[in-house]
Formats: sequence, C-alpha cells, structure tokens
Amino acid sequence: MKTKPESHRPNYWEVFLTFARNSLVRDMTFRTNFVLQCISSIGWTLMNVGFYLIIFQYTQTIGADSGWDRDKFFLFIATTWFINSLVQAFFMPNAEEFSELIRTGGLDFALLKPIDTQFLVSFRRIDWSALSNFLAGFVIAIVALHSLANRPVDPMTPTVLSLLLYIVFIGCGVAIMYSLMICLSATSIWLGRNQTLYNFWFYITNFSRYPMEIYNHGWGKPLYGFFTFVVPVLLVVNVPARLLAKPISPQTWDERLLVCWAVVATFLSVRVSRWVFKRALLSYRSASS
Amino acid sequence: MLSNSWHTDPGPPSPWSRVALSSAASNSEITEQPHNKGLRWKLSLWRAILSTALGERLVYRGDFALGTLMRFLPIVTQIFLWYAVFDSIEAANGGNIEDIEIRGFRFPDIVAYYLLTMVARAFSSMPSLASGIATEIRNGEIKRYLIQPIDLIGFLLLTRIAHKLAYYAVAILPFALVFFLCRHYFVAGWPPWPVLVAFTVSLVLGFLIGFFLEAAIGMIGFWFLEVSSLLFVFMLFNFFLSGHMFPLTMLPDNIATLVNLLPFKYLAYFPAAVFLGKIPEEDLPMELAIEACWLIFFIVVCRIAYARGVKRYSGYGG
Repeated sequence: MKTKPESHRPNYWEVFLTFARNSLVRDMTFRTNFVLQCISSIGWTLMNVGFYLIIFQYTQTIGADSGWDRDKFFLFIATTWFINSLVQAFFMPNAEEFSELIRTGGLDFALLKPIDTQFLVSFRRIDWSALSNFLAGFVIAIVALHSLANRPVDPMTPTVLSLLLYIVFIGCGVAIMYSLMICLSATSIWLGRNQTLYNFWFYITNFSRYPMEIYNHGWGKPLYGFFTFVVPVLLVVNVPARLLAKPISPQTWDERLLVCWAVVATFLSVRVSRWVFKRALLSYRSASS
Repeated sequence: MLSNSWHTDPGPPSPWSRVALSSAASNSEITEQPHNKGLRWKLSLWRAILSTALGERLVYRGDFALGTLMRFLPIVTQIFLWYAVFDSIEAANGGNIEDIEIRGFRFPDIVAYYLLTMVARAFSSMPSLASGIATEIRNGEIKRYLIQPIDLIGFLLLTRIAHKLAYYAVAILPFALVFFLCRHYFVAGWPPWPVLVAFTVSLVLGFLIGFFLEAAIGMIGFWFLEVSSLLFVFMLFNFFLSGHMFPLTMLPDNIATLVNLLPFKYLAYFPAAVFLGKIPEEDLPMELAIEACWLIFFIVVCRIAYARGVKRYSGYGG
C-alpha cells in the first residue's frame, strides 16, 4: 500500500506470532472439534497408506526402472504430507477467508491496516489441526528411512547434505503451492465467486502427488511439460523427495537441471503471484452496502 | 437452542412459546388437514417441487458442465499411477501389459472401473444432504416441515431427484465425451442386456441407498449440535469402503470379505463391477436382493431417526 508511512514499519515476525497465538487460542476453545479434526486427518493418512501398501502387494516399484520402490515411495508420500500439511495449516484457511472478505467487503479493513495486505490476508489464520498431518508425515518418513537403511538389498542412508537440501526444497515446494493459491484466490476479486476455483486447486495439486516419471510417456507428455514448466506443481514434491530418496553423488545432468529449475521456478512463482495479487487489488471495488 | 425442553418449563407462556412446537403432536394434526388428501393433490405437489428444483439447478449449467469435466481430472492421475504399476510388473515378470491381471483387473479394466465409479457416484453421491439437514435442524428452519403439509424426507427426496435429473441433463455431454474418448478401455464392449438391466437397477438402488444413508446421518443433528467433523469422517470411510479409491477386490482377503458385507460398496464398487462382468450373472438377482434389503434397512432407520428426532426437537421464534 502506497499510503504506508515509512517511519512506521510493523514487526512482521511479531505480528505473525500474534496471529499464530490467536489461532491457537481459537482452536483450543473448541477442543473436541480440534481433536476430531486431527483424528479425521490421521484417518485420511491411514487410508492412503493402506492404499499404497495394497499397491505394493502387487508390484515392486511404481514405474519400470524408476527406482520408486516401496520405501522410497513412502518417503515421497511423507514429503507430500509435509508440504500439504504446511499449506493447509498456514494458507488454506486464509485463502478461504479471502474470498469471503471480497464478497462481504471486509477487505476494506485489511487494506486500511498499516501492514502489507498480502501478508495480512495470507497469515491471519492458522489451522493448527492440519499440523497433525505433519506429524503423520514424520512417522511415515521415519519408518521409511529406517526400512530403507536396514534392508538387505540396496540399503541407503541419506547424507546430511541431502537432508539439508531436502528441508530447503520443501520450503521451495511450499512457496510454489502458496503462490499458486494466492493467484487462484486473487482471481476471486475478478470473478466474485470461486467455488470452482477450489476444485481447480484440488485437481491441479492432485498431479503433484505421484512421482513425475509416471506422466512421462504417451499422452502424459504434454501434462508432464505443462506441470513442470508452466504451472510447476510437479516440482513441488518431486524435487525434495528425489534429493532424499535417491543418492546425490551419481546424479545425472537432467536431475541437476531439474533442481536448478526448481529454484528458478520458486522465485518466478513468488514474483508472479505477488504481481497477480497487486493487479487484482487494483481491480477491487468494495462491496458497498 | 434445540433440545431445550420447552415442555418441562412451567413458566408463563411468552410470545415465543406460542409458536414453539411440541412437534409430534402438531405433526399428526397436520397430516389430517383436509387439503392433504387425494393422489391428484400429491402429484401436483410433487410436480411443483420437481420443476422448481429443476429450474434452480439449470441456472448454472455452464459451471456444471465445466465442473463435471474437471471431476475426471483426478482419474487421470490414477490412470497414470496404475499404468506405472502395470508397467513395472511387466518389466519385472515379462509378458504383455495387456495380459497382466491384478485380482481379475487388467489395466484397461482398471481405467474402465474408475470411469464407471464416476457414473455410480453421479447417482449415489449426495453433496450437502446430511450437512443441509443438520444445518436446518440447528438454525430451526426444520420447523417449516412441521407446520407445512410437506414431509421432510419426501420433499428432500423429490428435490434430490430433480437436482440429479438436471445434473444428468447437463452432465451427459461431458460424460459421453470422456467415455467416447476412452472407449478402447472397455475391452469387452457392451455387456449383455441382463447385465445392463442389473447395472441400471444397481444405479437406481445406489441412488436411493445413498440418499437414505446420508439423510439418516443428517438426522444425527437432532442429537448433536455440530456434526461437520463427524460427516467428514463418514466421507472418508465412504471414499475408501465404497471402492471409489480402488477396486475392492484388491483388499487382502479377510478385509475384503468384511467390506463386502458393508453397504458402502453399493455406492461405487458394485455398479461398476456389475458392468464389467466381475459379478457372475447367476449371482446378480441375489446380490440385487441383498442391496434392496439394505435400502429398506436405511429407509426404516431414516424414518425412525426422524420421528425420534422430531420428538426431541423444539423450535422457537417465527
């Protein structure tokens, strides 16, 4: 916002902590609901794990020569769980509220506050119960890593470097997802309602759930290209999961390029989403009474 | 707010309690109203409800058609996942990918299965039915069914039929398009006509079971204020146990036996399995009869829950 006085710069970190605290207080007010939400998230996790265990009863790997055997694939799943839970905890409730703010005209008050509007609408609410999925992902990752390190054939322990890179690229993945979400919810300023947009979000991110190799044949190639280079959701989980599950040292040039592209794509997504958000705000005409 | 017992409150009648309903009594009174008689009156009522709901639904037909096409997108990822699975089985064991079977499903069968479960779900899924009932109970809107000569469950059923009809009228185009594009996955072609008849019957029964099951769950709102988390848990179970996620035959044997005894399979797995000929033709009448029994069971449960719930319920205000 241009009208923000230079001398009065809010402490963003402290504001964020206040938001987090408020949300926690709010979640704890309805404690039974909180517990039920956690239980249902865990139920969803168990169902997915069950589904993949069933698949691995019939096959050794996902895709011929892709190297995604059971343990590595579960590391992939854990990565998906980490990223999704972070997105769901921090951004999903806010994106939902954002379209409501636009519809009701409540965005006026957000615009008036002496703080960056995108920051305000992106972090106001935190859904703590979604973090139960983060824990679930952690359990999956630990079990998968343990099994991967102790198996008789082709055991593997990730190096410290790959762990560090893993954490960094999980951050990149979350940033890409966040950008996509901001872009989608910003369009609700133009469109007014965004019910289909949420479905859209769900359907697009659905593609990120599996190793990208599975799309790379036949009529999947256009999808592969589109979701790697235009809307880079395939990078979100794939890049960190590969860094952890596959050895780093004998790495092909393709894989290195992919990692580099993930960095560039993260940067570009954040920039583009910022631009889209600002453009959308310019078109905002309050909902007057 | 809802089960606050007005009956036991001996205080002076306030202006609010004038409209508070001791519902069971007023309900039976209402059904004896003179104009609520005759088949013709009923038919005209049904027609009115149907045409209103149809009109209401067809307003958003563009959004509808697009939304329906989008709903096939998750299947795309499932298809790729299963192709990768079959591909790696082929690479490990040799042989042709067309001949590899997992529990009686070859790769094209799996794709056809997912497509057919979409059809089954188009019949059996009842978006926001249970939550709608629970909301109406909570905010008191439900009392209009207690004072108007309309039966709640019948009204909801008719509205739902109308919504579904409107949905099919629009959704048939995207469905036809997708099925036409994927026709080569239906290796066996059209099934013989007895199977087709059984398929149609299973779809209709699936619709009814879905309706009464969800309606019965919505009635829980008479007992608990907030049911959204409960509904979510139910939805999860439904997703897994109905076979929407994967063909139920792939479950380990003992679990599969158990899941086969549950009614969830009629919401997605069963119609698809019938169409693909996974259920022997001579078993079809028996299976359909069991399905019909489940339907009767849910109708009874729904009715009892409603009658009991209405007895608990007291509404205030206009």
